[in-house]
Amino acid sequence: MTQRTMIQAITNALDLELERDPDVLVFGEDVGKNGGVFRATDGLQDKHGQKRVFDTPLAESGILGLANGLALQGFRPVAEIQFFGFVFEAMDQLIGQAARMRYRSHGRFHVPLVVRSPFGGGVKTPEMHSDSLEGLFAQSPGLRVVIPSNPYDAKGLLISAIRNNDPVLFLEHMKLYRSMRMEVPDNAYTVTLDQAKVVREGKDMTVIAYGAMVYTALQAADEMAKTKGVQAEVIDLRSLSPIDTDTLVASIKKTHRAMVVQEAQRSAGVAAEVIAQINEHAIYYLEGPVLRITPPDTVYPFAMIEEEWIPDTARVVHGLEQTLSL
Amino acid sequence: MSAVLEQTQWVPFKQVLNSEGRVVDPDLMPSLSQDQVRELMKRMVTLRVLDQRAVRSTRQGRLGFYAPVAGQEASMIGSEYATRKEDFILPGYRDIPQCLYHGWPLEQWMLWSRGHQQGMEIPPEVNFLVPQIIIGAQYVQTSGMALAFKLRGEKRVAITYTGDGGTSQGDFYEGINFAGAFHLPAVFLVQNNQFAISVPVNLQTAAETLAQKAIAAGIPGIQVDGNDVLAVYAVTKQAVDRARNGDGPTLIETLTFRFGPHTMSGDDPTRYRSKELVNEWEQKDPLVRLRKFLTIQGLWSDEEEEQVMETVKAEFTEAMKKADSAPKMTVSSLIDSMFEQLPQALQRQRAEFARQEA
Ligand SMILES: Cc1ncc(C[n+]2csc(CCOP(=O)(O)OP(=O)(O)O)c2C)c(N)n1
Repeated sequence: MTQRTMIQAITNALDLELERDPDVLVFGEDVGKNGGVFRATDGLQDKHGQKRVFDTPLAESGILGLANGLALQGFRPVAEIQFFGFVFEAMDQLIGQAARMRYRSHGRFHVPLVVRSPFGGGVKTPEMHSDSLEGLFAQSPGLRVVIPSNPYDAKGLLISAIRNNDPVLFLEHMKLYRSMRMEVPDNAYTVTLDQAKVVREGKDMTVIAYGAMVYTALQAADEMAKTKGVQAEVIDLRSLSPIDTDTLVASIKKTHRAMVVQEAQRSAGVAAEVIAQINEHAIYYLEGPVLRITPPDTVYPFAMIEEEWIPDTARVVHGLEQTLSL
Repeated sequence: MSAVLEQTQWVPFKQVLNSEGRVVDPDLMPSLSQDQVRELMKRMVTLRVLDQRAVRSTRQGRLGFYAPVAGQEASMIGSEYATRKEDFILPGYRDIPQCLYHGWPLEQWMLWSRGHQQGMEIPPEVNFLVPQIIIGAQYVQTSGMALAFKLRGEKRVAITYTGDGGTSQGDFYEGINFAGAFHLPAVFLVQNNQFAISVPVNLQTAAETLAQKAIAAGIPGIQVDGNDVLAVYAVTKQAVDRARNGDGPTLIETLTFRFGPHTMSGDDPTRYRSKELVNEWEQKDPLVRLRKFLTIQGLWSDEEEEQVMETVKAEFTEAMKKADSAPKMTVSSLIDSMFEQLPQALQRQRAEFARQEA
């Protein structure tokens, strides 16, 4: 066991998988000598060599195209998109190619690819660095979308993603990279993909969140307990595609009320999908409508207004009160 | 466009046979046996007939998607002939012949054309990717494949195809640039058939040749008479050998022309091509040229050609029968091909369809 930040847990996961499996390759812009702009790949090139951990030319479609070609020949590429806003350059290689290859070849080919990328607000970046775009990918068939919220999950989910034989989009919230330390086992371990996790037990209502919003939801739940004696259950989705409906339904059977908190702009996203699934599978257990607390339908804002844009504890508490009263 | 058939200042232009079937560049004449050259002729004749049958079958509704290849036989046959079975082809939608000669069973191509998933189950020992629909996407994937061969120390080559329109894509440049930067065993082929659907090359780029785009990527670029199968073979063979020997990638532009429509899905080439231009290119028919070359030497006869034509017709009919007997596709099998381990939600959706299909 070692105390690790999320970024250290990620580096550790990459290190162990590079060690374990010679087919694992790590590449992207500045990931070699520089160890990545966030140091996610710090020291990995020195340790594993330039054939395993390397810099690429500055072209995102080229990077994911390279990854696809390698994966089709049996490698397990872990490609980095330096900031997730740059993924638009590579949409085809991810959604149009990687995610369709198994289907397209009727199983002859598959793409065991992991795309890692930092995203998320609250760290005052220039434009196109912070947007929450996971909804675009969660809607894409053939692709898994994972967002860890803590160092332990980050390591275990990343290892699972690397070992999985289908493409996984692994999004790392920048604000969580160094915001906490946690005991993380030194050995390689996996956290099962496709599963949500109850991170706070409660009997009065269910709050569903992911990424940095897990902590906002937890704070709001604590406040509700203190001020109102209401015990909210908080679920960290972890997997945005597929969504672990069973865990959500089990919780709602107990609490009969639910709300979703999402950092992404409001419409047609993960929160909408979660609510639709609750509607399909748990409507008879509900005593009121399922609300979502989200930013408005705008692009991710310039730095001066981001604190107001992202849902904060007060907004989530307000949402919880509403959910209880309806 | 005939002006480009002269040496340009940017890249070399290569030709072995002139349109009379006479050798103009003995140095480039590939060291092929007489039987091998006859084999190239057989394949081009086969392809011409196959194309006619395919066009007819789409009109009859017996095939689905088809992009005609008549006129481009030399580019397709000559370049594929320069590869080995272990080399990997990343084709576009028109590059069916290269896949067939690389080992795709005829009936599977037919199923692919109809949109039947079984067509995409390329046999495990056959090395090509399902033809790419997204123009340019295969170029960046080629670099990945080639890097895989290089990392594993395998003496294999990744070869990819696009058209003149494809060279305008970002992926085209990213692909050749990555291959240059990593010094990869890759061959990038552009079949310049003068039009991207209806848009002529001169609206595609101000570049005098497409091959010179290699210069920006720091890799060799070469232009070749794409209707001269011996030249296409020779130039591709050199590029493939270079790649195999660890000497890096090459970009090849073949100058050619498609005689037919863009695809069989309603394209009318008279809207964008003059009769004169089509006539001009018909004078450069790749089959006529090699036939002349072989006939001069007494290596080819009408009877032989007749025989080749009969053989392919029979094969086509036979393959169509096999394709017709493929089982009906099911939605549940489609769902199965999305993931190795089906997520819970998809399992539920699958169960629903499986129930209906039972
Ligand atoms: C990314 C993308 N854009 C547009 C199309 C539609 N489209 C299909 S073929 C084609 C023309 C391609 O021309 P070219 O690259 O010259 O190849 P050719 O068809 O002549 O062999 C177009 C525009 C496509 N398939 N993919």
